[in-house]
Amino acid sequence: MESLSPIILTLVTFIPAAGGLLILLIPRRDRDIKLFALVVSILAFVASLHLPVHMHRELGTFKFEIDKVWITTPNIHYHMGIDGISVWLVVLTTFLTPLCVLISWTSIHERVKEFFILLLILETALIGVFTSLDLFLFYFFYEATLIPMALLIGMYGHGRKVYAAVKFFLFTMIGSMFMLAAIIWLYAKTGSFDFAIIQSAIHNGAVPGFEAASFWLFLGFFVAFAVKVPIFPLHTWLPDAHVEAPTAGSVLLAGVLLKMGTYGLIRFNVGLFPEQARRNAPWIMVLALIGIIYGALVSLVQPNMKKLIAYSSVSHLGFVVLGIFSFTTAGLNGAVFVMLAHGVATGGLFMLAGILYERRHTYEISEFGGLATTMPKYATFFLVTVLASVGLPLMSGFIGEFLVLSGAFQAKPIYGILAATGVIWSAGYLLWMYQRVFFGKVTHDVNLTLPDLNMREKVALSPIAIAALVMGVAPLIWLSAIDPAVQAALGLTQLASKVVGQ
Amino acid sequence: MIWLTGVSHAFPALLAQIQAGMPTSLPQGADYMRILPEIVLSVFGMLIMVVDPLLDPDKSHQSLGSIALVGALAALASTAWMAQYPGTAFWNMVRVEAFSVFFHFLVIAIAAVAILSSFEYLQVQRIRAGEYYALILFGTVGMCLMSSAIELVLIFIALEISSISTYVLAGFRRRDAASSESSLKYFLLGSFATAFFLYGVAMMFGATGSTNVDAISLVLRSGNVPMLAYVATALMFVGLGFKVASAPFHVWTPDVYEGAPAPVVGLMSTGPKAAAFAVLLRVMFEANAPGRFWLIWVSAALSMTLGNLGALVQDNVKRLLAYSSIAHAGYLLVAFAAQPELGTSAAMFYTAAYAAMNVGAFAVVSHFANAGEKYVSLEDYAGLGRRSPVLAATLTFFLMSLIGIPITGGFFAKFYVLSAALKSGLVGLSIILVLNSAIAAYYYLRIIVMMYMREGRGEVPVTRVPAATAIAITVCILLTLYLGVLPGRVLDFATQSARQLVSDPTVVSPSSLTLVLKR
Repeated sequence: MESLSPIILTLVTFIPAAGGLLILLIPRRDRDIKLFALVVSILAFVASLHLPVHMHRELGTFKFEIDKVWITTPNIHYHMGIDGISVWLVVLTTFLTPLCVLISWTSIHERVKEFFILLLILETALIGVFTSLDLFLFYFFYEATLIPMALLIGMYGHGRKVYAAVKFFLFTMIGSMFMLAAIIWLYAKTGSFDFAIIQSAIHNGAVPGFEAASFWLFLGFFVAFAVKVPIFPLHTWLPDAHVEAPTAGSVLLAGVLLKMGTYGLIRFNVGLFPEQARRNAPWIMVLALIGIIYGALVSLVQPNMKKLIAYSSVSHLGFVVLGIFSFTTAGLNGAVFVMLAHGVATGGLFMLAGILYERRHTYEISEFGGLATTMPKYATFFLVTVLASVGLPLMSGFIGEFLVLSGAFQAKPIYGILAATGVIWSAGYLLWMYQRVFFGKVTHDVNLTLPDLNMREKVALSPIAIAALVMGVAPLIWLSAIDPAVQAALGLTQLASKVVGQ
Repeated sequence: MIWLTGVSHAFPALLAQIQAGMPTSLPQGADYMRILPEIVLSVFGMLIMVVDPLLDPDKSHQSLGSIALVGALAALASTAWMAQYPGTAFWNMVRVEAFSVFFHFLVIAIAAVAILSSFEYLQVQRIRAGEYYALILFGTVGMCLMSSAIELVLIFIALEISSISTYVLAGFRRRDAASSESSLKYFLLGSFATAFFLYGVAMMFGATGSTNVDAISLVLRSGNVPMLAYVATALMFVGLGFKVASAPFHVWTPDVYEGAPAPVVGLMSTGPKAAAFAVLLRVMFEANAPGRFWLIWVSAALSMTLGNLGALVQDNVKRLLAYSSIAHAGYLLVAFAAQPELGTSAAMFYTAAYAAMNVGAFAVVSHFANAGEKYVSLEDYAGLGRRSPVLAATLTFFLMSLIGIPITGGFFAKFYVLSAALKSGLVGLSIILVLNSAIAAYYYLRIIVMMYMREGRGEVPVTRVPAATAIAITVCILLTLYLGVLPGRVLDFATQSARQLVSDPTVVSPSSLTLVLKR
């Protein structure tokens, strides 16, 4: 299989888009299109498994690298490669997409062809974000996620879908403009878009005028990613986008799109500007803490199930940011792990909410009650996912949050203490929601006749439940790859801190 | 020679000819090769005029259009031929160099695509085809000449040739009052603006003693720049600023674009504009006009901001695109404030990319507008994504390019301008550009939202796209994509011609030198 190595990343990245283009040619028979999309997305998943299986997990460098000249002026390369951080995000993307196809099987009934084309193109763009090592290529994929996602929300969403789509588009677009300006500045001074070249140029002090500009460059990248994560107070697009998006859109939005932001923070903000990252860590950590607690409190009072899950994302992603800017091995390891665990668990919660919506066409928690008696299998899956999300030990959510908290304690005890309350809050709002929806008497007669999960839905949900369990029991499978990459990233910041004299 | 200098104020061009030694040398064969595309276009234009009366007016659309198209393609081919003969012709009046070849290609290609997208339009709108196509070709002659002329008076004449054609073309929907209004408004304001340009030329002659760009450049580079040259620069900028629709000379744009026939708008928002930008590049960079920096800085900032803010509130797609073209003129002007070489190549690339995407967008709009241009409001585009997926996807692609999303030409255009500006240390202007691009995303997005996320009213007919329009749109898509995926070759060419353009004019023909020295 070694011979695959140079092209495997290209394959994984472009299989979905190629499939999407092929769908263009298929006649409009919805069943064929769905089946084809499913096959393509599973194919991409299988191909992506090659990456962790064949990855040599030694320290430092990027693996499966491919570096070809794309455009000579400006000096843009088709440069891809992954390390222990990005490899799992790629797999997370390819893991969630087939489930998205399954969950959209019946809920999308018009413009089916366009839906699956957009979904597959979105998958390619998402994978591309995690595999690009050329800043230009990265920016391209980063922007490319925007259009299919906005169209998915705007065309297939409900309620105020247009408002939500436009808001999502503009927030991200404006944020990434600042990143583009920073990227062009770096290019103007170094003559390269290559991540490694720019990194070593900055490291060796070979960039003229860098000292004066570094804060603004850091901020340019930070604003773009902070919108995506989202970090308080730039989060306001998220609840709107989530509530109005179709289920598959929500799953990918929460599961993967938000991780583009946190991934960007690790790769670029910490990777390129270690010194600035350390200097600015205090206020960023405070913002992260506000996000954790604010998100949790708002979740607590949400009458709408989907909005509740959306705000819980704000809270969980706060943990990731806190972990990253704690600059400890534990914190960063935990941050990456929370990214994955949140992708699985929250993706699962959105799928479950979507299943309920298909049956009742509402997300209002007060419309339900006592569902455990009418839909026992559904209730079981929901419970597993909720427990994974609240971070019960031996479930996926636990280990990541634990590591982040211990990292935050090392950085500053008070941060750890405050963040720990977030864990309690999250148990509060999720379990309370579970109680209101599933326990007690059936309060609305319509709910008595709700059908339980069918085969397709069970097939779609089982991988989530299994992943949530395995990640909780054997986190080392993931951490063994994450840790070397985190060590490498930290090595850079420690070097920088010695230079700064901290 | 004192009397000669006195007369020269009255007849600068004529005198330049006399002193350039016209009596001693007749035009050579190579001279004609250097204006070959112009000759070809004129011949085909006249051919159309001759053939037109012989044909049945109701059936002549196809055949006349085909003649015009063949003419444009022949002119494209002859441009390649012309490129083999670099150098000046007709006593230093025109010069063939990479720069002028670039703009010849661009302008003629725009004309060809505009002709293609007019096939259907003229039939649907019941417009007589003869004069229409002939005027497009004659206008193109003017635009071509604008890009290769290095003599201010010839530039003025070329400007008038292209302008007069567009004035008439703008009024071609005779039965529609808006079209006549558009034409008249364009004509009145346009002649006023060209008068400014001419005034500027006169002042420049007064200040430097020549109307030849190279000679002017030599004087202006020599050190002591007379006050008059500043005034001349400002006046010429007014005239050209009007032609490229940059603020504060932009007020005519929305009304004229709204009233003019859609394919004509596609043409005149790109062709004459590209040519005017070519002139601007010559006057500002090659002639090294003094005091240009703040002039351009303010105009660029104003154009971007006013254009984008104006576009935000438009409900008519043609008006919206008019305001967007003002904004794009602003982005382009940013390049003019940058260092000459970087700025020139960025501006050249931008004109090409803008032409490809804007002509394409207008081709879609003019197909969709239907008889009498009934369907041009934003509401009419509702639900287009469902009823005509291909057309909607095409327009979306062009709008993406206008926003500046990667892998479209529009992205690299903006990218090069931005990096030229940053390399020249124009941080303020760069920030204004970035903020404006973000605002601009909103109104382009409104069209996309309309097409895909709103339900149509059903009464807006969707007709089949005829072959000619389809070809025109496909060409635009391919070019936009090409410039977005592999911009290297075009940029290299632009960089090379920019280097030629802004290098010190060491080789200046002795005759214009003597004219300078005699003063």
